[in-house]
Amino acid sequence: MVNPQMVMYEEEFNQIQNVVDRLVKDANAKVVFIVDKNGQLIAASGDVDNLDTTSLASLTAGNIAATGGMAKLLKENEFATQFHEGEKANIHIQLVGNRVILVVIFDSKSSLGLVRLRVRKASEELNHIFEALLKKVQEPGADSPFAEITDEDIDNLFND
Amino acid sequence: MSFINYMAREINCKIVYYGPGLCGKTTNLQYIYERTNPDAKGKMISLATETDRTLFFDFLPLALGEIRGFKTRFHLYTVPGQVFYDASRKLILKGVDGVVFVADSQTGRIEANQESVENLRTNLAEQGYSLDKVPYVVQYNKRDLPEIATVEELREMLNPTNVPDFEGVARTGVGVFDTLKAVAKLVLTELRKGGP
Repeated sequence: MVNPQMVMYEEEFNQIQNVVDRLVKDANAKVVFIVDKNGQLIAASGDVDNLDTTSLASLTAGNIAATGGMAKLLKENEFATQFHEGEKANIHIQLVGNRVILVVIFDSKSSLGLVRLRVRKASEELNHIFEALLKKVQEPGADSPFAEITDEDIDNLFND
Repeated sequence: MSFINYMAREINCKIVYYGPGLCGKTTNLQYIYERTNPDAKGKMISLATETDRTLFFDFLPLALGEIRGFKTRFHLYTVPGQVFYDASRKLILKGVDGVVFVADSQTGRIEANQESVENLRTNLAEQGYSLDKVPYVVQYNKRDLPEIATVEELREMLNPTNVPDFEGVARTGVGVFDTLKAVAKLVLTELRKGGP
């Protein structure tokens, strides 16, 4: 396997969730979420009930991938920050440690300056957590829960 | 690269539908979307041009059920088939867990199929994957049209390694779920072998 598999454990998940919860409050944001570069949603906080976070996650990753492609053509490493301004909602997208994407959605109750400031601090914390997580995943002995699935388990998924 | 979430007890995998322009990749996803129970699917997203040609990708999240207490979620993506969208195709292959190659069975599209499968091999290699190792299935689509190549001819050209292959008519759904199930099975089998 080329990339180490992305794995999320309870301990790190709680740490990440704490950072995200705090960022919603500190930045006066509507929604904050974290996506991996392949478009999988990792954590979300704020007013997420009325939001299609799965679709947003996939589109965010597509966006970062496309921007990364442009950066490469310009011989830049990455464009780590993106900001989209709408009439009511704004989106701030930040690449963290070239690994995960931190997305903040906010309206007129907040400001770009405040969001940028709070995102910077949260990014540092997240970077530490994901670095530790990556190390943990690469340790030997961290068995996949799927190591023991049987053909029957897999077949059962499709018996409908 | 699948994503195992112990907290949410979920496993997420990414499957990419590849193939030449107008071969029926989006149609495969549309049929799956139409025929899937509402609680098992999310919204289907199509980033397409005004003439309904895929510009960047289509995306469909699907939940297939549980294995050993873990929810299995599959994210299905298509690539834009047209030759000049190669930069986008490369991006979409990042982190892929399984690939479906949708071939256009029409005799006039033989070269386009061959070119696309070569392009798939090259783009996978750029990401450090080998087409011979990644979970991979082939669908010979448009079997209902006149002037099509035989399955044997297509197989010889496009599937020399004998991966699971299926005849399809994506518009009416023939072979669509067989193809999806086959690639999902291969992905899960790979997970069993792989681990972190």
